[in-house]
Amino acid sequence: MKLIIAIIKPDRLEAVKQELYKADVNLITVNEVLGHGRQMGITEVYRGVKEMGNLLRKVRLEIAVNEDFAEPTIQAIIKGAQTGETGDGKIFVLDLAECIRIRTEERGGVAIG
Amino acid sequence: MKKFLTCLILIGFVMAAAGVVYAQQAKEATSSSAQVSQASSAGGALAAREGKAGYPLAGGASLPEGATRVPVGSDSAPAAREGKAPTASLPEGATRVPVGSDSAPAAREGKAPTASLPEGATRVPVIDTGDTAWVLVATALVLLMTPGLAFFYGGMVGRKNVLGILMQCFTILCIVSIQWVLFGYSLSFAPGKGFWGGLSWAGLTGVGFTPYQDYAATIPHQLFMAFQMMFAVITPALIIGAFAERMKFSAFIIFMVLWATFVYDPVCHWVWGVGGWLKDLGALDFAGGTVVHINAGIAALMTAIFMGKRKGATNKAILPHNLPFTILGTALLWFGWFGFNAGSSLGANGLAVNAFVVTNTAAAAAGLTWTLIDWIFNDKPTMLGTATGAVAGLVAITPAAGFVSALSAIIIGMLVSIFCYMAVALLKPKFGYDDALDVFGVHCVGGIWGALATGLFASRAVNPAGGDGLFFGNPKQFFIQAVAVGVTVAYSFLASYIIYRVVNLVVKVRVQEKDEIMGLDLTQHHENAYTIME
Repeated sequence: MKLIIAIIKPDRLEAVKQELYKADVNLITVNEVLGHGRQMGITEVYRGVKEMGNLLRKVRLEIAVNEDFAEPTIQAIIKGAQTGETGDGKIFVLDLAECIRIRTEERGGVAIG
Repeated sequence: MKKFLTCLILIGFVMAAAGVVYAQQAKEATSSSAQVSQASSAGGALAAREGKAGYPLAGGASLPEGATRVPVGSDSAPAAREGKAPTASLPEGATRVPVGSDSAPAAREGKAPTASLPEGATRVPVIDTGDTAWVLVATALVLLMTPGLAFFYGGMVGRKNVLGILMQCFTILCIVSIQWVLFGYSLSFAPGKGFWGGLSWAGLTGVGFTPYQDYAATIPHQLFMAFQMMFAVITPALIIGAFAERMKFSAFIIFMVLWATFVYDPVCHWVWGVGGWLKDLGALDFAGGTVVHINAGIAALMTAIFMGKRKGATNKAILPHNLPFTILGTALLWFGWFGFNAGSSLGANGLAVNAFVVTNTAAAAAGLTWTLIDWIFNDKPTMLGTATGAVAGLVAITPAAGFVSALSAIIIGMLVSIFCYMAVALLKPKFGYDDALDVFGVHCVGGIWGALATGLFASRAVNPAGGDGLFFGNPKQFFIQAVAVGVTVAYSFLASYIIYRVVNLVVKVRVQEKDEIMGLDLTQHHENAYTIME
């Protein structure tokens, strides 16, 4: 089992969701986060006071998948989120030790899908 | 089953309202002729009317001999102004003068029946304090509508664009206020038979504190100017909703200055200015159905078509980020609209009360109707739908407010929600234009219905200075209304399109794609409306 965490641009979320549905990945968790990578933030000005290089709004996805779904999920996220510019985001893939469905107390691979 | 029942209730409601109105019409038809003849035969009544309009008669020739003159409308006789004419001072048999009754023709038109003045009587324009106080307040009420509109629209856009909307509304408030004082008022209202009014009143030359009789005989001319200024402000602000979330701020400013000058000012002159050809034709527009709503609504459609869809609106609806803002804005609009419509009587009189009552009635009927439409077709009644309906009702009653009765207002209100819902939910998806906040669907469609409805439901029993509509035996009025609508639609669309093209040559009207994605707040104004964390 893998836990896939992806940080993407907010306006790509819809496209990523569509790609994930096409890859039969229907269960995702989404967070709004602030982030700062290579892409520079926009300077904000409040009554003449400048706020330099603020953090940018990003969307963070968390998807738990079984091994054979890991690569299709990664490909779907890339397909939906890639624009070719700085700030497209990152995908992190982690090993997942356990997964429990609370309603049935099922464990492991069956609990993920 | 529930849907079926709701449907039945809705239909029953419409039928009952229609029944009451037609019964009322029959009654009015008989009584209105009596009222009119009474008003024209009783010389005393007309004399008092004149007094109310601010022209105390010298000599009092039209009063029966020996009658003590009741100084109506002057400050020294508050009793008379409140309608408590001291009957004791009238000789027996003298007709009691109904001050401020509905039979008094509209001061709005400023067409005091000069013919009834006895020869040799001098007319001195006198400022009526009550009228002036009311129009001052009404002017402030209309001003409040523009920030109200900002919140109405601001709540419906994404949260990355809310400041952009508020900023555009406030900027228009600033720009048009200046434009109006410098030359806008003159172009719109200076007397003249041409394309617009000319520059004789530019910089408010000659626009002082004595009343200008052809516009408002009892309030300072400059107050009339200020009242009209607020209309000139909110009209371009209405268009913002169509190109929301994608217009460059610099292009926006140029577009609006040109639009206010070359579209609003001429159309305003045609409909309301002395010498305006639609006014001379007999078109009725009490508070701005054609000048404000159709005018802005059709320009909105033009910008929506030629600017193209918002990024992200192609396969998915862009959801409102803060509906409570929208409802707050609706409330401010509804409140301000009392100034807009009831203030358009330009006096504290029965006509203002009629406009006030029908405004509220139509908004209520339209809000309720949209609630039911949502309930029937979309499973649940929605807050946004109800608010949209109320605004549509306010739009529709605007041209009719001084000419129709409260019962007609119910019909006008109910039907406007049906028409606007069809425009928003059926027409827009079919043609695929991205009128972001439904300016065309609500303001243009609602305005057209209101202007035509004025030609149907207008009644001299409500306002003798107005006209009778189709349902009161005058089909010609409906035709005149249709002409006014057609002319406004055609001119506004074409002129707005030319302005749009010109501006697009100078500055690209639409923001760059990456700026649109980032949002107008950050890219156009370097500000963020909301923080995620401190």
